[in-house]
Amino acid sequence: MRTSTRGSRRLMALAAVAALTTGLLAGCAEDSDDGSSNSDGGSGGGKTTLTIGTFGVFGYKQAGLYDEYMKKNPDITIKENVTTRTDVYWPKTLTRLQAGSGTDDIQAIEIGNVAEAVQTQADKFVDLGKEVDKSQWLDWKTAQATTKDGKTIGLGTDIGPMAICYRKDLFEAAGLETDRTKLAEQWKGDWSKYVDVGKDYMKKAPKGTKFVDSASSVYNAALGGEDQRYYDEDGNVIWDKSTGVKKAWEASMEVATSDMSAKLKQFDKPWDQAFANAKFATVACPAWMIGYIQEKSGEAGKGKWDIAAAPTAANWGGAFIGVPTAGKHQKEAIALAKWLTAPEQQAKVFAKQASFPSIPAAYPSLKPQAATTAFFSDAPITQIFSDSAKTIPTQIFGVKDQPIGTAITDIGILQVEQKGKTPDQGWDAATKEIKDVLGQ
Amino acid sequence: MTSSKQALARSASSADAAPGSQPGAARRAHGRGTPPPGPDSWRSRLYRWDMKASPYAFIAPFFIFFGAFGLIPLLYTAWYSLHNVQLSNLDQQTWAGLDNYQNLISSDFFWTALKNTFTIGVISTVPQLIMAIGIAHLLNYKLRGSTVWRVVMLTPYATSVAAATLVFVLLYSWDGGMINWLLGFVGVDPVNWRESTWGSQFAVSSIVIWRWTGYNALIYLAAMQAIPSDLYESAALDGAGRWQQFRHVTIPMLRPTILFTVVVSTIGATQLFGEPLLFGGASGSKGGSEHQYQTLGLYMYDQGWIIGNLGKASAIAWTMFLILLIVAAINLLITRRLRKSQ
Repeated sequence: MRTSTRGSRRLMALAAVAALTTGLLAGCAEDSDDGSSNSDGGSGGGKTTLTIGTFGVFGYKQAGLYDEYMKKNPDITIKENVTTRTDVYWPKTLTRLQAGSGTDDIQAIEIGNVAEAVQTQADKFVDLGKEVDKSQWLDWKTAQATTKDGKTIGLGTDIGPMAICYRKDLFEAAGLETDRTKLAEQWKGDWSKYVDVGKDYMKKAPKGTKFVDSASSVYNAALGGEDQRYYDEDGNVIWDKSTGVKKAWEASMEVATSDMSAKLKQFDKPWDQAFANAKFATVACPAWMIGYIQEKSGEAGKGKWDIAAAPTAANWGGAFIGVPTAGKHQKEAIALAKWLTAPEQQAKVFAKQASFPSIPAAYPSLKPQAATTAFFSDAPITQIFSDSAKTIPTQIFGVKDQPIGTAITDIGILQVEQKGKTPDQGWDAATKEIKDVLGQ
Repeated sequence: MTSSKQALARSASSADAAPGSQPGAARRAHGRGTPPPGPDSWRSRLYRWDMKASPYAFIAPFFIFFGAFGLIPLLYTAWYSLHNVQLSNLDQQTWAGLDNYQNLISSDFFWTALKNTFTIGVISTVPQLIMAIGIAHLLNYKLRGSTVWRVVMLTPYATSVAAATLVFVLLYSWDGGMINWLLGFVGVDPVNWRESTWGSQFAVSSIVIWRWTGYNALIYLAAMQAIPSDLYESAALDGAGRWQQFRHVTIPMLRPTILFTVVVSTIGATQLFGEPLLFGGASGSKGGSEHQYQTLGLYMYDQGWIIGNLGKASAIAWTMFLILLIVAAINLLITRRLRKSQ
C-alpha cells in the first residue's frame, strides 16, 4: 500500500514536470533559426545541391518556386538556409564571405546592407550584370547593387513602394474623408500634409485610438522618398547636412511631439497586438507591409482596411540575391538566381507573399490573392504600388546606412516620442550616437 | 628510484618463477604492471614513457580544445583590440595602439554600460539569493508532494531565455501590459517599463530573478539537508525558535554554499546579455534610447556585430575580461577573510 502511494506520487510529480516543461519550452521552438551548415552537394546520383541563404520570409518556398525549379531540373536540389534576424544574418554572411568558405551558393542581401556589399565585398561576388538584361529592372534598383566600375553583384528581388494603409471605419468615426483617391489628394506631395490630416483625426478620434503607429515609421516612409539620405555619391557622410534627413526628421517630430502617435516600436509584440485591437488608424505601408497587416489584424480587420497613395513616391526595404565566388556550383547558382528573379517568378511571389516585383514587366500580370483584395476593401493594390514604384528617386546608400538609421529612429526619435525630450535634445542624442557609430 | 626498480624486478622475477603459470600469462603480467627485465631495453623505455606521457594524453583533448576555441581567440581578440578593424574588411587592419581603449575610457556609453551592468547585477543578484534562501528554508520543512514543489522551482531555469523574455515583454508592455493594468487598480500611473531608467532595469532584473531563484534555492536546499539535525535539536533544547535556529544554525552552516552562489551569480551578472537584448526588441543591442539598460555584453555586441567596429568591440571584450579578473580577486580575498575569521 505504502509503495503504491509513493509510486503514484512520483508519477504525479513526473506528469507535472512533463506538463510544465513542454508548456514552457514550446515557446522556444519559434525562435530557433535554421543556421545549419550547407551540404556540399555534388555527391550521390550526380545531383547538385544548391543552397540559398536568406533572412526572414522570401516567399520562394511559400510560392512553390523551389519545387517547380527542381521539377524542371531533376539534377538540382535546392536547400534554403533561413536566418530570421537580419542583425544575425548579415554579420555571419560578412565573415563567411571574407573567409571564402561556408557561404551559400546564393546569398540574399538586404537593401540596408547592399552599399556595404558593393563597396567592400564586390570581389567576393560574381558579376551578374553580364548574365542578364539589366534594363529589365527599375533603374534605381540595379544602381544600388552596382559598383562604380559597373559590376552588378546582386539581382533585385522585391522592392518596397510606399502607400498609406488606413482603417476606413476609424476615419469615418472621426468624421474624415474615407475615399482613397480623395484622401491621397489631401496629403499629396508633402508628409506634413499627412500630419495635418492626423491633427484633424485627433480632434474627434474614437476613444483609445491614435492616428499613426509611431513617429519612426513616418520618418522611414518620408526618407524613402528623398534622393538625399546619409551619404553622397562619393561615399562621404552627409547625414547632418542632408535635406532628405531634415525633411523626414521634421515630419516625424511633428508626430512625436503631438498626441497622434501610439508610440509603439515596429515589429515588437505590442505593435502586433495593436493591429488586432485597432489602436491606430494609419500606418506607412510599403508593399511588404500589407501581408503583415492582414496577418496581424486577423478576421476582425477584414474590409475595414483600405489603401491610399502615399504623399510621395517612396521606397522602404527590398532585397537582392547574389552569387558568392566562393560557391562550388557557380554556373548552376547563376542560372537559379536568374530564374528566381525573372518577371514570371516575381509575379508568383507577389501573388503568394505580396513582395512587390522590381521588374516593371511583371506589373501588368500581378494578381493579389482574393483574400488580400477583400481585406483591403477592394483597393486597386497593384495599381497604387506600381504607380509609386515607377517614380521612386534613385537613392544613394552608404556603408553604415543601417546603424545610422537605427541611431536616428531608435535613439533620437524614441527619446522625443517616449521620454518627452525636445526635438533638439533628440537630435543631439542621435548625433552623439552616430559619431560613435562612425568612430569619430 | 633504485629501490622501486628492485621491487619491480623482484615482483617480475617472482611472477616468472610462479609454479604452473603460463608463459603467456607471465608476459601479460609484464605488459600490465611491470617492466620487462633488462635495464634499458626498448620495452622498458616504452613503459616509462607510457607512465609519464599517458596522463597528459588523457587530459590533452580539453586543453587542445581550450587552446583552439579559448586561448587563440582570446589572444587574437587582444591583437584586434590594438587595431582598427571593420567587420566588412577583416583583412585591412591598421595599427591603432591603445586608441580603442582610450576611446572607451572617454566614451559615455561605456561608462553607462559599466554602471548598468553593476546596478542590474546588484538588483537582480541580491533579492534573488535572499529569496532563494527563504524558499529553500520553506522547502526544507516536511511537505506533502515535496518533489513536485522542488521540480516546479526548477522549471523557470529550464525555460529558454528567449521564451521567458518574450512573455515578460508582453507583461511589461507600456500600453495594455498586465503589470501596468494591475498598477492601474492601485491607482498608479502606467510606467514606461522599457524607456524609464529604473523601470527598465527593474524589468530586466525581474527576468533574471525569475529564471535563477529556483536554481539557487535547490542548491541551498541541498546544503540545508546536509546540516545534521542534532544541531537543530540542541538549539531547540536551548530554547531557540524557528527564526533563531535559521539565523544561528542554518545561515552559518550554509556559508560556503552562499559564497559559491555569490561567485557564480556575480560572474553571470557581469556577462548579462540575452535578457536585455531580447527585452529591447527590434533594436535591443542599444539597450534603450538612452542606453539605460545596455550592459557591457550588449555594448560589445552592438559595437562588433551591429556597427561593425571589431577593434573597439575587442577592446570591450578585454576590458570585461579584466573586470572579471578583478571581481574574482575580490571574491578570493573575501573568502580568505571569512575562512580566517571562522
